[in-house]
Amino acid sequence: MKFVGFLLLLAGWLLVLAAIVLLASAPSRAVFVLAGVAVEALGLTFVIRSHLILREDKR
Amino acid sequence: MPVPVPGFPEAAMIACLFFVFLVPLAAAGISLINAGLGRSRSAGHMMMAAISSLSVAAVVYFICGFAWQGFIGRPGHVLALSGKSWNWIAAEPFFFRGMAFDGSPASLAALLQIFCVGLAALIPLGSGADRWRLRASCASAAILAGWTYPLFAHWVWGGGWLAQLGANYGLGRGFIDPGGSSTIHVVGGLSALAVTWILGPRRGKYSPDGMAPAIPGHNGVLVLFGCLLALLGWFGLNSAGAILFTGSAPAQTILIAINTMLQAAAGSLTAAVITGIRFGKPDASLSANGWVGGLVASSATCAFVVPAEAIVIGSIAGALVTFSVEWFELRLEVDDPGGAVSVHAVGGIWGILAVGLFARFHGPILNVAGNSLPVTGGGAPGQWLAQLVGVATLLGFVLPLTYGLNWALNRICPFRVAIEGERQGMDLYELGAGAYPEFVTHTEDFIPR
Repeated sequence: MKFVGFLLLLAGWLLVLAAIVLLASAPSRAVFVLAGVAVEALGLTFVIRSHLILREDKR
Repeated sequence: MPVPVPGFPEAAMIACLFFVFLVPLAAAGISLINAGLGRSRSAGHMMMAAISSLSVAAVVYFICGFAWQGFIGRPGHVLALSGKSWNWIAAEPFFFRGMAFDGSPASLAALLQIFCVGLAALIPLGSGADRWRLRASCASAAILAGWTYPLFAHWVWGGGWLAQLGANYGLGRGFIDPGGSSTIHVVGGLSALAVTWILGPRRGKYSPDGMAPAIPGHNGVLVLFGCLLALLGWFGLNSAGAILFTGSAPAQTILIAINTMLQAAAGSLTAAVITGIRFGKPDASLSANGWVGGLVASSATCAFVVPAEAIVIGSIAGALVTFSVEWFELRLEVDDPGGAVSVHAVGGIWGILAVGLFARFHGPILNVAGNSLPVTGGGAPGQWLAQLVGVATLLGFVLPLTYGLNWALNRICPFRVAIEGERQGMDLYELGAGAYPEFVTHTEDFIPR
């Protein structure tokens, strides 16, 4: 789960980069950058959840 | 293509040199805060770790860090994507070879950076307090100074792709961060988060039912004195960064110093008011965290906002840090004794975003080849997006990178001290002597004679 979370963080960043390079119009670029940040937020949630599950297992 | 650097007047050079010499005070302040927020039985170890991390970071940065980071207008490796150049890493020789120490902007940047990289390396020490082995913290500082920090700092301060988002893609003036909210603080704060995850919490921090009893810092005076020292360091950091990396005139440092002070004050007062309302009395350690959170946010914004906006930014930073410390400790079970993740990562991210919301530009910005961009005297369209791309890069690239590197390092050189070390205290276990030997209770003194 932690590995998937970090992959999602990386994927979100690549989405942001792709939006800057491939899209020309400002609104579509902004939307795709925000989508990339949303993917990163999902990845961060996965990483945090995996950390909490690990803590619960240790208890 | 390298961007030519405009001429650097002698007055700017002298002012910049003066400000750079103030920066070590920020490191002294952060070290004292880290020591004061930890346990008394690990205080000497914390200060020793601070000195060691500063030393390792300086040496490693000298060996290879500056070679990766470089400076505006100096050689870099460039990728061409869709006809635009993406400068992703510098191509300087190792060991500062070829550098003329003549007061040029590049030499001043090298001097400033050797202090800044040490400051970034100090940040994770606060989160790993009372359980992070000395040699492991030094090895982690080496990785930070040799790779993570220089790479991101090149993108922001070395004429890299983030700095050129404005010139290449019309995103405002490109990613702007003169004082290092991102390069120093968020990079350090995210490393602190990675280290905390790898180390796990201190023994006794969380009970089997998930409750988290408070482990208060051992010396509030050290913490609050550290805040005052940090203020002086931040005056230097923000002013020198603005002169070197955004081309601010020395006279503009008056506004920078006013904004820096106001943001620290607003952050601290907000934290004191919030804790006063919630707990009945203001909390000294959270107020100190609010102070430093305000300073961290000021690093990105201080050169481009008016004082009233600085107070708003500082207040929001103080509130964010206060709630974030509790959230990380109680909800996310991240045991961060120094509050490094909240203060440096959360405060820094807020500072970066605040540039996009509040900044006004009254002159060209040096690090984005801004001389060719129109000077509007107001905000730059798309600036918020450039700042958001910077935040996305920190979370999506720097966090996985720093976690992966520290995770691998933990396999080679285990981070966590043995159980006996935690019980005995890091001072005795790793250094063989306590910071406060006269504080030892001699039970025979209490035996009736």
